[in-house]
Amino acid sequence: MPSNKSVSDAPIFQFTNCRILRNHELQREDLWVREGKILNPEKLFFDEKGSADIQLDCKDSIIAPGFIDVQINGGFGVDFSLATDDFKSGIDLVSQKILSHGVTSFCPTLVTSPPSVYHQILPQISIRNGGAHGAGILGAHLEGPFISKEKKGAHPEHCLRTFEAGAFQDLLATYGTLDCVRIVTLAPEMKRSSEVIHELTKRDICVSLGHSVANLSQAEEAVQHGATFITHLFNAMLPFHHRDPGIVGLLTSDKIPAGRRVFYGMISDGIHTNPAALRIAHRAHPKGLVLVTDAIAGMGLAPGRHTLGQQVVEIDGLNTYIAGTKTLSGSVATMDACVRHFLEATGCSVETALEAASLHPAQLLGIEHKKGTLNYDSDADFLMLNDSLYVQATYIAGEQVWRQDTLGM
Amino acid sequence: MRLVILEDYDQASEWAAKYICNRIIQFKPSQGRYFTLGLPTGSTPLGCYKKLIEYHKNGDLSFKYVKTFNMDEYVGLPRNHPESYHSYMWNNFFKHIDIDPNNAHILDGNAPDLQAECDAFEKKIEEAGGIDLFVGGIGPDGHIAFNEPGSSLSSRTRLKTLAMDTILANAKYFDGDLSKVPTMALTVGVGTVMDAREVMILITGAHKAFALYKAIEEGVNHMWTVSAFQQHPRTIFVCDEDATLELRVKTVKYFKGLMHVHNKLVDPLYSMKEN
Repeated sequence: MPSNKSVSDAPIFQFTNCRILRNHELQREDLWVREGKILNPEKLFFDEKGSADIQLDCKDSIIAPGFIDVQINGGFGVDFSLATDDFKSGIDLVSQKILSHGVTSFCPTLVTSPPSVYHQILPQISIRNGGAHGAGILGAHLEGPFISKEKKGAHPEHCLRTFEAGAFQDLLATYGTLDCVRIVTLAPEMKRSSEVIHELTKRDICVSLGHSVANLSQAEEAVQHGATFITHLFNAMLPFHHRDPGIVGLLTSDKIPAGRRVFYGMISDGIHTNPAALRIAHRAHPKGLVLVTDAIAGMGLAPGRHTLGQQVVEIDGLNTYIAGTKTLSGSVATMDACVRHFLEATGCSVETALEAASLHPAQLLGIEHKKGTLNYDSDADFLMLNDSLYVQATYIAGEQVWRQDTLGM
Repeated sequence: MRLVILEDYDQASEWAAKYICNRIIQFKPSQGRYFTLGLPTGSTPLGCYKKLIEYHKNGDLSFKYVKTFNMDEYVGLPRNHPESYHSYMWNNFFKHIDIDPNNAHILDGNAPDLQAECDAFEKKIEEAGGIDLFVGGIGPDGHIAFNEPGSSLSSRTRLKTLAMDTILANAKYFDGDLSKVPTMALTVGVGTVMDAREVMILITGAHKAFALYKAIEEGVNHMWTVSAFQQHPRTIFVCDEDATLELRVKTVKYFKGLMHVHNKLVDPLYSMKEN
């Protein structure tokens, strides 16, 4: 029928026969998209007297916001902490491949490395929108080197540093630039961490606590100075103790400043965290749970040996260890597998599982007004999933950028 | 009048939907020859809208050549407020069917000049060639649209202040908070609806029984504005058993006895697929 759209002549897409995740529930509604954004069809009808140009039958799929992975060290043979000549094509490869896992935006993560590596790599990372070329890059996540020796995990000890001498200036000198940095993981018990956290927060960089032996008071002080995230809860921190819950205690702390929420990353690959522990965290603070993959270069590849920064790791099934040890080092789980495992382990609703990988990371990074939801005017980054939460198709800015071969659309 | 009495709400809704469906299809609407429909809001017509949507989704009924004119809209309520009649019509009807947005007319309760908006609405109806079938409901105080008790029976589209009965009845849509209910509305007049070639009034539920009694068994009276339709040549009242509770047994028996005649209007149920 003739359309009389007064706002724009761009084509309007109407995705029908689907259940969309909106307002924390799956609703039987159509999804409308124009110019890469979610469109309000009621406004279109009454204000512009417009209607859809193209209708697409989604065959009863679930439509959810695209997943956002804020901790991913590489994949498909690419290691984000390795300064190679073709670093850019490496990051491009990963950003393209993870579309099939439902990830539409991510934070390439660098593990503890020597300053030379940061100086070489960081200028090559640019914040950019996603598209057919791959998932969008929201900025780098720098995990280390300002972390605790006792909880270094798979990070190389000889690269650990402190900022005791020059606080923020030390940090800046180590990294070289903070231009494209979105998240920094550090251990808050380190001297002068409060100043550093304060400076980073001022620059709109998310500070995350991890690889640390901090007690609860130190963790709470860090939060008061601006920290908002916990890197892979339970892993690389003191275990929960009933007289000093440590960082884990932040989940139920009463010293969180009003109006703020502490988020925590969980690697729900079934290995990094026992399902019972995952359930305890989820039940204690469901709105803060952020699913991350912590994926390493070996993700997507056959079992065997791969690099992770300065180390060599060995992959055997879903287990990844520092070669020759039993120290866990990252994971090879994909984001959609993490969502499915989370759903199964906690018995939570489909909506909750999907939000842990989309809405919550968007809220953590303060970008929920355009990512992480299917609200009107948000970026049209979304997924079509079947009832078992397997990704059938991935869309960025309203454009289909990946689809399962068997899908008939 | 025809008084069509069905057993319960669902059956009354279905009968009304079938009637509307048949009228549209038999009219054979086409490019330049639109079927014009007047439409109500509220809880009563919801079942009827659901059935019409079902017929559309089955491919039996298209609204491509149908023009609609809603009866009323609150004044001062933002158009995207969940309780505005624009929201009601979008969520309960328009978003599920294939009507051209240019053909769906609802009064704008936020227009800068409200009377001009009303006059323009009357003009649009006139330009559309008048209304073929005006579907309406009845308020507990016997009003049609927002023509509250005391409204002139020759009235046209205008601004009205709502009666307390109406505000109380609407409070349930505003969290039971009387202070949140709009107090003014734009509404088609009794005269506007009387101009339609055919009128169908849906009345269900015991709480509407007294109003139905006043509307059809007592005289024409501006205190019960639906009574004006006693003077319209083609009016159908579709109701359920509960709505007849205040009528005389004689009235109910007479019209129930005519059901075999009434049912010929909906059976067979036509479909656009046959065309």
